[in-house]
Amino acid sequence: MGKKLKSTMAPEKKIGSLIAVVLLVVLYVFLFLLDNAMPVNSTTTMLIPVLKKGAIYALVCVSMNLLNGFTGLFSLGQAGFMLIGAYAFAIFSIPAAQHNSVYQYFEGGAIQFSIPEALSNALGQNAGNFLGSIICIIIAGLVAAVFAALIGIPVLRLKSDYLAIATLGFAEIIRAIFQWNGLGKITNGSNLLRKYTNFHDIKIQVGGTIFQLDTIFPFLIATLSIMIIVLLVNSSYGRAFKSIRDDEVAAEAMGINLFKHKMLAFVISSFFAGVGGALLAMFQTTIQAAPFRSTMTYEILLIVVIGGIGSITGSCIGSFLYIACSEWWLRFLDSGSFLGMSVPFFRDGFRKVVFSVIIMIIVLFFSRGIMGDKELSFSGMLRKARKRKEAKAAKLAASTNGKEDGSHE
Amino acid sequence: MSEFLSANLPHLLSGISVGGQYALIAIGYTMVYGILRLINFAHGDVFMVAGLIMVYATASLPIYISIILVVVVTVILGVLIEKVAYKPLRSAPRMSVMISAIGVSYLLQNCALYFTGGLPQVYPDISFLTKLVHIGPATTKMVTVVTPILTLVLVILLVLLIKRTKIGMAMRAVSKDFETSELMGIKINNVISMTFVIGCALAAVGSILYFSNYNSVIPTSGAMPGLKAFVAAVFGGIGSVPGAVVGAFVIGICENIIKGIGLTEFSDAFTFVLLIVILLVKPTGIFGEKSTDKV
Repeated sequence: MGKKLKSTMAPEKKIGSLIAVVLLVVLYVFLFLLDNAMPVNSTTTMLIPVLKKGAIYALVCVSMNLLNGFTGLFSLGQAGFMLIGAYAFAIFSIPAAQHNSVYQYFEGGAIQFSIPEALSNALGQNAGNFLGSIICIIIAGLVAAVFAALIGIPVLRLKSDYLAIATLGFAEIIRAIFQWNGLGKITNGSNLLRKYTNFHDIKIQVGGTIFQLDTIFPFLIATLSIMIIVLLVNSSYGRAFKSIRDDEVAAEAMGINLFKHKMLAFVISSFFAGVGGALLAMFQTTIQAAPFRSTMTYEILLIVVIGGIGSITGSCIGSFLYIACSEWWLRFLDSGSFLGMSVPFFRDGFRKVVFSVIIMIIVLFFSRGIMGDKELSFSGMLRKARKRKEAKAAKLAASTNGKEDGSHE
Repeated sequence: MSEFLSANLPHLLSGISVGGQYALIAIGYTMVYGILRLINFAHGDVFMVAGLIMVYATASLPIYISIILVVVVTVILGVLIEKVAYKPLRSAPRMSVMISAIGVSYLLQNCALYFTGGLPQVYPDISFLTKLVHIGPATTKMVTVVTPILTLVLVILLVLLIKRTKIGMAMRAVSKDFETSELMGIKINNVISMTFVIGCALAAVGSILYFSNYNSVIPTSGAMPGLKAFVAAVFGGIGSVPGAVVGAFVIGICENIIKGIGLTEFSDAFTFVLLIVILLVKPTGIFGEKSTDKV
């Protein structure tokens, strides 16, 4: 029976993943054209930042979902780990020549090298920037992961809302440390870090022509990271995480080492939050500790809720929807006019009020979010379509049978 | 010794004053947590809204009527939040209620941003509170003296309410066991509303004292005092009113001493260090009751 099931399901799975791969390729071709061939007009100037920021938020939300949705650890420290990632990235990629102007209040800073620059000198500028950024992003993730491991030792012993408040507290402490002038030689105190490698520096040279990779780059990193998280969630570790979420005591009784698995989830989630922070730093081109406060974590949490707690595709859809709405589609609410009419209460900030009301409605009445804890998958859709078809056929067959029966009598 | 005192007296005084203001907010947290097991993330923002109401009320009304109005409107807002955002989720998992609280906090901040246009609102000058007084070698505002006294009076009244009245008894019963007290005929919803009434009224009083000291209100000015008050509630043992007050004074005083020795960046961080230390050493807080988890 099992064998039979498997054989009927396999082609759908194959077709489903094929569709997914094709769509992904189409997306990347579109992004490539967007970076290199599209004319600059009002649509593309809105679309490109939305896509970049959407990809970054998708990664951060998936990393938060790994903790909150899959492991059941209600952590509110995401902004802190993003901050660490952003700073680690910026610190290691500011070109040496710019140190004096960036660290002007701290005698040029303590770290006097830049990884993208060093690689540029060895491999040529484009390859150097590309590889250097990736190395810096990995470093950013690792630094965040190390901090998470240190914080996790005391914090992960706490449960539910105490864990939430302790992680929130740690995020605030991290922010205070990064703003402290005593560490100014590394973090530039409460001043901006700038002039580091950003998305615009990511180019690729094929033959004689140079192609921009502005928008593709964040997508590339985000896709890779999310894929790794998906693999993790579907592995035996992922099953252990889910069992901890569903019942800690039962999981422990089944021989799952609670602390080890919680720590693993926390460190991995923080690693990807750090990667997300590094991408955010690249996106913003300047970075400062002040905006990484609890409000940012709340925003990420709300996106996860909108997408569905425990659904990776939900988090991705939620992020793009959220960013597109808040940065683009709902802009008219701030503009003072609607469809040519002037509406006096449509002024600055109204967009956010409407937005938060929508969020409250989702939280109160649609608490499962867009996807609930299900995943959007093409093979799933195909399977559903087939089942519907089969059910229809069976019904049809039953009704014709009935007729035949009737005629016999 | 006297030299040390004269150098540090201003910090100590402002610490006691800020501590009193945190205490008034912390009571709201601790009572709501005691009954609903919910960290009411929106409480700090209710406190901020109380500040804004005062700003708008004094624009057209005399100051003493405004004060009464602020307390009344804040209480109505608090009860409304409970009815709209928390009550429908009473049987939902605890995390959903907490997310709802975060949503309310986000909503209040964004509404405040919209109404103020993002500009800091200058807090009205309540002459009785901002008058300067001399205490030994230090000069300070009257509010510094009024806060601890008013806080203690209100706390004593509240403790009497909880220990001596029928509604207080109901509150204690509900915080011990939600379902059983419901079965015993206690009207849960009235008790919960009463908790929010008390918490918000105290937060409104706290906001008048706090903003008289700080002069301006911005949409995020409730977030930090809110978090600190929550830490105070955890420190004192969540669910315990005297604990919250003690915790708030400890945090207020330590924070100002840290500012005094020149580590202003770490004054906020200290609060959270304290939180983490207390959670690790004695998770139930100083006055908290030990609870056991049943499987």
